[in-house]
Amino acid sequence: MLDRDEDILKAAEDWQKAGRGVALATVVETWGSAPRPAGSSLVINDEGTFLGSVSGGCVEGAVVTEAMDVIQSGKPRMLEFGVADETAWNVGLSCGGTIRVFVEKVG
Amino acid sequence: MKLEILHELNAERAARRPAILVTDTESGEQRLVKAKDFAKDPLRAELEKQLRMGKSASVEAGGKKLFLNVYAPTAKLVIVGAVHISQALAPLARSLGYDVTVVDPRTAFASPERFPDIPLVAEWPDTALPPLNVDAYTAFVAVTHDPKIDDPALLHAFERGCFYIGALGSRKTHAKRGDRLRAQGAKESDIARIHAPIGLAIGAVSPSEIAVSIMAEITAVLRLPPKEKEEAA
Repeated sequence: MLDRDEDILKAAEDWQKAGRGVALATVVETWGSAPRPAGSSLVINDEGTFLGSVSGGCVEGAVVTEAMDVIQSGKPRMLEFGVADETAWNVGLSCGGTIRVFVEKVG
Repeated sequence: MKLEILHELNAERAARRPAILVTDTESGEQRLVKAKDFAKDPLRAELEKQLRMGKSASVEAGGKKLFLNVYAPTAKLVIVGAVHISQALAPLARSLGYDVTVVDPRTAFASPERFPDIPLVAEWPDTALPPLNVDAYTAFVAVTHDPKIDDPALLHAFERGCFYIGALGSRKTHAKRGDRLRAQGAKESDIARIHAPIGLAIGAVSPSEIAVSIMAEITAVLRLPPKEKEEAA
């Protein structure tokens, strides 16, 4: 209850109405000690501006890059990140978890 | 996500009505199910369970992988009575994620020194409560021990269908309160909804311990399915 995704969905609607390309990334599954629970989301626009989070901060960069492609193609995509993947996770963040992130275009 | 769905979802959230967004994660197909439509939905059991837990989850149904994204309003706690227990209860409830408001017309009690950072309304319930939009996602506790304040507050909580209503006082005090509320037109079923004595029986002595017992009871009412709820009470 502490994370209130209010501004995220509001931003998605506002950005879309302002004519921006918008994508929404949502954590749909977690295994182990993932940093953010299922339902956590991130909204991204075609200028690269984003709001919210799907992890402690380290896979966001990769999610934003994928989201740009999704805004272009309009096709949803499922991403998977694990801690073993050193390109995605920096030292000191979460331990032992894996997350799946669904990325979709808004509008 | 289609813009119509996003728009509808934002409208439900603004109105503090729960809804679940169901996404087929393979095809990307989506539909929004409002809480009032759960009963007639094929995923009824899953939807009700996830909403009760306030937890989004992936499920498999009819050979499809579905993601149920739960949008539940932030729960509120209205505390009538800026008493010692409330000083422990307000920060505890806030740490559990509740939006907390304390109401007490007695300004000596409802002072910012006693409740740093907690929204306070130093008015009588009749004035204080209507603007708070007390609803089904509100837990309501009356702890002043003063019928002039607690009784009208409880009548308001009945009317708004709060998910939890608790009132401080022994069984004897509560029996007298029942008589007074009945005389003011409360239904038997409303009076039966009051948790009194307030809180789970954990042998709480200090104000902080009583606060823990109250929040434990509120959590049980919020999260447990109806049958287990009765057993916990």
